[in-house]
Amino acid sequence: MTESILLQAIIYLAAGVIFVPLAKRLGLGSVLGYLLAGLVIGPAGLGLVGEEGGDIMHIAEFGVVIMLFLVGLELEPDLLWKMRTAILGLGGLQVVLTTLAVAGLAFLLGVPIQPAFAIGMILAMSSTAIVLQTLNEKDLMPSVAGQSTFAVLLFQDIAVIPILAILPLLATYPLPGDAAGAHEHSLLEGLPAWARMLAVLGAVAFVVVLGRYGMRPVFRVIARTGLREVFIASALLLVGGVAYLMELVGLSPALGAFVAGVVLANSEYKHELESDIDPFRGLLLGLFFIAVGASVNVGLIVSQPGLVAGLVLGSMALKALILAGLGKRFKLSTDQNLIFALALSQVGEFAFVLLSFCTQNGILEASMAGLLTAVVALSMALTPLVFLINERLLLPRIGTRSHPDRDTDTIEEKNPVLVVGFGRFGNIVGRFLRASGVGTTVLDFDSDRVDILRRIGLKVYYGDASRYDLLASAGAADAKLIIIALDTPEKSLALVETVRRHFPQLKILVRAYDRDDAYEFMDAGIEHVYRETLDSSLRMGVDAMRLLGTRAYHAERSARLFRRHDEAALAELAAVRTDRKQYFSTARRRIRELEQLISSDETDRWLREVEEGWDAETLRNEMNQMATSPTPPPPTP
Amino acid sequence: MSSILIQFAHPALEKSRVNQVMLRAIRDLPFVTINDLYEEYPDFDIDIDREQQLLLAHDYILLHHPMYWYSTPAMLKQWEDLTLEHGWAYGRQGVALTGKKLMNVMTIGGQREAYNEAGYNRYTVRQFLAPLEQTARLCKMTYLPPFAVHGTHRITEAGIQQAARQYRNLLIQLDAGLIDIPTVLDLPCINDIIPTDELTVNPAPQS
Repeated sequence: MTESILLQAIIYLAAGVIFVPLAKRLGLGSVLGYLLAGLVIGPAGLGLVGEEGGDIMHIAEFGVVIMLFLVGLELEPDLLWKMRTAILGLGGLQVVLTTLAVAGLAFLLGVPIQPAFAIGMILAMSSTAIVLQTLNEKDLMPSVAGQSTFAVLLFQDIAVIPILAILPLLATYPLPGDAAGAHEHSLLEGLPAWARMLAVLGAVAFVVVLGRYGMRPVFRVIARTGLREVFIASALLLVGGVAYLMELVGLSPALGAFVAGVVLANSEYKHELESDIDPFRGLLLGLFFIAVGASVNVGLIVSQPGLVAGLVLGSMALKALILAGLGKRFKLSTDQNLIFALALSQVGEFAFVLLSFCTQNGILEASMAGLLTAVVALSMALTPLVFLINERLLLPRIGTRSHPDRDTDTIEEKNPVLVVGFGRFGNIVGRFLRASGVGTTVLDFDSDRVDILRRIGLKVYYGDASRYDLLASAGAADAKLIIIALDTPEKSLALVETVRRHFPQLKILVRAYDRDDAYEFMDAGIEHVYRETLDSSLRMGVDAMRLLGTRAYHAERSARLFRRHDEAALAELAAVRTDRKQYFSTARRRIRELEQLISSDETDRWLREVEEGWDAETLRNEMNQMATSPTPPPPTP
Repeated sequence: MSSILIQFAHPALEKSRVNQVMLRAIRDLPFVTINDLYEEYPDFDIDIDREQQLLLAHDYILLHHPMYWYSTPAMLKQWEDLTLEHGWAYGRQGVALTGKKLMNVMTIGGQREAYNEAGYNRYTVRQFLAPLEQTARLCKMTYLPPFAVHGTHRITEAGIQQAARQYRNLLIQLDAGLIDIPTVLDLPCINDIIPTDELTVNPAPQS
């Protein structure tokens, strides 16, 4: 193997670039793609990366750190406080029960009691990286399952601190000499317990104070330089520095980053930090997953397939069962509970950290740690598959997918207009109609939004409008119009189909995001298609012209002309858009025409207003001729 | 078979008691086309071609509007400005409207007595309409005396019904050619010669 880091990087990146799109194509999700890429380039596959994988793993773990920093940024302290029951109740019980159950089973299987407890705590962890990434990709974060999952992950991340504190007490084996690994930097070795505790508290306090009072002026100065890369560097430095500090005192670096994130959640630099660091998160997490894939000890798995498979499936089943029991106790509906339990059933990346800590501190034998590492990696690799199975096989049998646990509202009003989707577009239309005295029934299936809208006094109903029964109870049979402002054209088209089939009398007005959306709706034969950005962009254009000194009425007329022309062009282009060549030639012609219309003095519609209505050239000519001719002039206007 | 074009201009029809009833009374007449300008062009973006086609397709052009500040609502003026183009409606080659009849149908807040030299408004309704009369002349059209519904602020329900019936009768008689144009040209308003009781469509010519 080569020593060149560049070559290593190229191998990793190439593997990612090849496998992730493939996995996406196959509907497997990016995480599985990365893991596969790791397996292929790892020692078990092509062997392109070998022992060096460990180093990369170390760098890649930084991805997890950044992810938790970003998670922290998203969380305002109030939100944390609001979630305290879920975090402490759900998360706490999960960690305690799983630890006890796993430890009990391990003990029954002949593992001595102390290592059995260590194994219990290790297996209680789930993968923050995989689960959050997957939930985000599937848009499940706002659901009840997503929130519960998040609460448990949060508790686990926090629980790593006491676990790291407890583990040394479980040491039974002699230390394997000078331990090499993540914790070789720890300054606290050999210090008494109270000193360690003080150091840990001091470090956390330092991060909080730094975040709250120290970083703001620093960011301000850096932001003032206007150098974006310096800002990015300082953000990475902050995260890296905090992670390193945490590692020094033996805490989880990810947790430190998380705390730093929470502290900065209220700062004015929140969004800049987010957008600057986000690309690194994606890339490094990808690396992390590849490294996990590469580190799977295939030899071990092949030599003891039954044992490994049993441990993987057994631990996942056990975790899922405990989680499902808790979910039920915390009143999650069946489908939400299924997502929740299966999402967290794998063992997470913290287990790697804990395992290496355990071998270094003589808590677990190396062979046991190796076996468990394989189990952890495999269970992580299986997670996307578990999601897939849940989504394709289990959920369709149990209930509607990704539905927050909440009953559909019953609707008593009968109004002429239904507004479906009360997001940034629908809410303007809906409020306008309501303010104008037009009776509207609003439907939305973002339960958070429904609650917020209700709190500010708007009448909004919760429910999935693509369901016939909800449409019927919303009064679709008596309504005249339905305004569809859903997020995606797929959802909108599905709703259009339902409406057409069951309520043909409803006139359909649909919001399109852009041209491509509009084409799809026009293909579906909808007459009233509204591109959401058309009017506001033109308004901006008009204002720009006015700021440049154009007279207001002229600017307005130009915008009207453009709009009319653009709508006509849209219809024409929709018809030819499958033929790329014709599409582009038509588009070019349309643009040329429009420019000519606006700039030329030919007889187009609004220029006609100016040229003939209020300033007729022909009239002037005729008058001039009259003046020079001997006959008396006719009456003039 | 439409011979009468109603160029209707009212920016707030939903608030007008009289005009709503008047429109309803004539809506079903087969020879009438109602062109509601504020409905058609809420942004004042007048489709000149469409308007000219409408004018060409009818013999009688009735400008139906409330009297605002002794004149028409803004839309009607905008319509005149843009539709009556030089070389089309007037000027040496502007003969498109030759021979057509133009008439104002108006609702007016003040009583009829207020509109004369001794009255509150000092001029007659026809005097206020001089610009339109001259426009018609310039466009080689015949200008007919206005049909004016006076006192709309205080008009009774019965009065409105009567005005609406009379309006309907006016259109029926115009369409049937029952009004002898040359003899009415100088009337202060045409109301006086229109019956107020119900007429049927296309009545037999009176002997």
